[in-house]
Amino acid sequence: MAKALLSGNEACARGAYEAGVQVACGYPGTPSTEILESLAQYREIDSEWSINEKVALEIIFGSAFAGLRSLATMKNVGLNVAADPLFSGAYLGVEGGCVIISADDPGLHSSQTEQDNRYYALHAKVPLFEPSDSQETKEMMKTAFEVSEQYKIPVLFRMTTRVCHSKGLVELGERVEKTPTVYHRDLTRFVATPARCRVHHGELEQKLKALEEWSNETGLNFIEMGDPKIGVITSGIAYQHAKEAFGSRASFLKLGFTHPLPSRKILDFSRKVEKIYVIEENDPFIENHVKALGIPVIGKERLPLCGELNSEMIASRLLGENVSGREITEEKALPRPPVLCSGCPHRGVFYELSQLKDTVITGDIGCYTLGSAEPLNAMDTVLCMGAGISAAIGFERAFKKIGRTSRVIGVIGDSTFFHSGITGLADAVFNRSQITVCILDNRSTAMTGHQNNHGTGLRLSGKPATEIEIRDIVKALGVEHFYEINPNDLAGLKALLKETAALEGPVVILAQWPCALLKELPPQDRSKYDLPQSRYTVQEDKCKKCKKCLTLGCPSISFIHGVGSRIDESTCKGCSLCYQVCPFHAIQKRGDRNV
Amino acid sequence: MSDTKTVVLVGVGGQGILLVSKVLSELLVQNGYDVKMSEVHGMAQRGGSVSTQIRFGEKVSSPFMGSGGADILLGFEKMETYRFLPYLKNVGTVIYADATIPSAPIFSGKKAYPQGLDAEIEKTGRSLRVPVTEWGAEIGGANYQNTVLLGVLTKVLGIGYDQTEAVLLAIIKERFHEKNKKALSKGYEFAKRQ
Repeated sequence: MAKALLSGNEACARGAYEAGVQVACGYPGTPSTEILESLAQYREIDSEWSINEKVALEIIFGSAFAGLRSLATMKNVGLNVAADPLFSGAYLGVEGGCVIISADDPGLHSSQTEQDNRYYALHAKVPLFEPSDSQETKEMMKTAFEVSEQYKIPVLFRMTTRVCHSKGLVELGERVEKTPTVYHRDLTRFVATPARCRVHHGELEQKLKALEEWSNETGLNFIEMGDPKIGVITSGIAYQHAKEAFGSRASFLKLGFTHPLPSRKILDFSRKVEKIYVIEENDPFIENHVKALGIPVIGKERLPLCGELNSEMIASRLLGENVSGREITEEKALPRPPVLCSGCPHRGVFYELSQLKDTVITGDIGCYTLGSAEPLNAMDTVLCMGAGISAAIGFERAFKKIGRTSRVIGVIGDSTFFHSGITGLADAVFNRSQITVCILDNRSTAMTGHQNNHGTGLRLSGKPATEIEIRDIVKALGVEHFYEINPNDLAGLKALLKETAALEGPVVILAQWPCALLKELPPQDRSKYDLPQSRYTVQEDKCKKCKKCLTLGCPSISFIHGVGSRIDESTCKGCSLCYQVCPFHAIQKRGDRNV
Repeated sequence: MSDTKTVVLVGVGGQGILLVSKVLSELLVQNGYDVKMSEVHGMAQRGGSVSTQIRFGEKVSSPFMGSGGADILLGFEKMETYRFLPYLKNVGTVIYADATIPSAPIFSGKKAYPQGLDAEIEKTGRSLRVPVTEWGAEIGGANYQNTVLLGVLTKVLGIGYDQTEAVLLAIIKERFHEKNKKALSKGYEFAKRQ
């Protein structure tokens, strides 16, 4: 059979394809995004982005009730959004296989929490799979669908950044089509009323008992005997690091199915080895269970709760083998934080927001979170998806209560507005909040790699979508003060922010301009935006070295001591913000000298 | 420990590190190795520091190593190369481009680009500076620096030129073939002379 070098995400999609999955959805979020993108290449599968993770999970519960193999993908915090259907869905159970992928992010490469979503399996009472590399991911995905169907229960499939974004060789198989069962209404099964759910709860506990038995038997939980002096119990990517650190100097109990945990197999392993280490990233999920079985183990007293593991850390903390890397000095390795790109349409809004006095700015999740960074520093809070609007409501109510008159401005992106901003804005209208909401619509879900969303007019499959206009939503909610503006128009933004400051009730400013990195505009946008063709340049003799242009934080502008500002024309996108802020007209369009 | 070798690639988002990682991984697979490649996505495209690791051998476990684990450190940018020196093994080799890209504290005028990095990198004992910036237009400009480095790296790893070229060309668009061939051979020939 052919082999291919696949990332965990690609392998996950391949496994679902081979398992005959028919309906798939999700919401983009690093490190999970490429799973659904990769599934979209298989035409046999109906794969589409959903408006948020809760909707995605509800959709696949619907299609799994209908008897089809169904898959939802999301990042760690996405499962928080989808938690509601997860819990009741576990009670109701499913007919077709139902697999929920949670892509966790130990080390917080691109998330706001390091949460260990294995606890969701425990809490919602669903089975849990934990692959450790691409090959395992692909194979385990097939087993996950089988278990889900056999026990009629949704299953959680937990990956982590290093499994998702590491490539390894994977043996490819064929797709096996699964004939769905014929759906019939059965009032005792899928209607979550208290009376029925009392029964469902009992049934769910029975399923978990049976699944613990399966956990003891499955080959996904296996023992590899090496030196019996040390026994290692581990799962996920931690297994790969532990193998690297110990090699044959230890015996392993490798757990691929971690809820319900295989108590009998764990006890059996503990009798075969002398000293036991439990090696897992973040929380002591396995460790607590093993300790509760009365087995003395070493785990989190030596290994960290925070951050990722690696083999050097394991070797150093458990074997006392220290590898000393070379030392470097911080002043020679200056920070390189992510920044708003050259030509980013968010920059203009954050520049004008940064100029406002006595203002609280509540931000949200997306590229525009970078408006919080130097030199713009135009943000007070970022809580979670949607809170750009709702936290603003909270600030305004708090300030009103204590008589503080500061202005409160919420900032949110297009995809995030669709995801969970609409409800917050409805609340602002209903309760007559005195806030200003800036919706930064860059015509894409940019941060996760330019996915289409409900405002772009295209679906994941490339088929046309019904474009939902943000302005229509805002107006339908009853917002009286609604304005639209080009975010590259600094004077217009400044005036608009000033004139709306004292208006009663919520103000909404929609700033629309395409992301500067978008390779291709959605069809309906092509005639709408006149994208700049010229680049800008600094006329050295006119530059007074005032550094005003540097306050934009544009990576195309740099400052050379004794010379002045310089624009890198190979990266300049021609947004003209620097031209607009330069007090000495030293910045001009290339070729437009002496204007 | 195992016979597994580790190459760490570092630079700045947009420098083409992922392409080089992809070509190298494919070459190593073709040459019969088990390969794992780890990359960090997310905010990297927004001008942040980017790194990938490629590990190859008979059977690879971890997809990435911590400090002191790299046999080869391939730096696409000077300050990033310096930042990742702790990842280098005591007997490891540094191959790095002379390219310098300012980061936020530098382009916002607060700090100057650090001086003396070449001397610091040379202290590792085994370093090879690839003058891609000096070569400039000769290699087709900044967009082809990654291909030059691929040429240097594959020569150092003992991978044949023809095989490298074939894998590279299969991935990139045809209209970029000629310039990439030129940049690749420039890097390969440069490494031969070292």
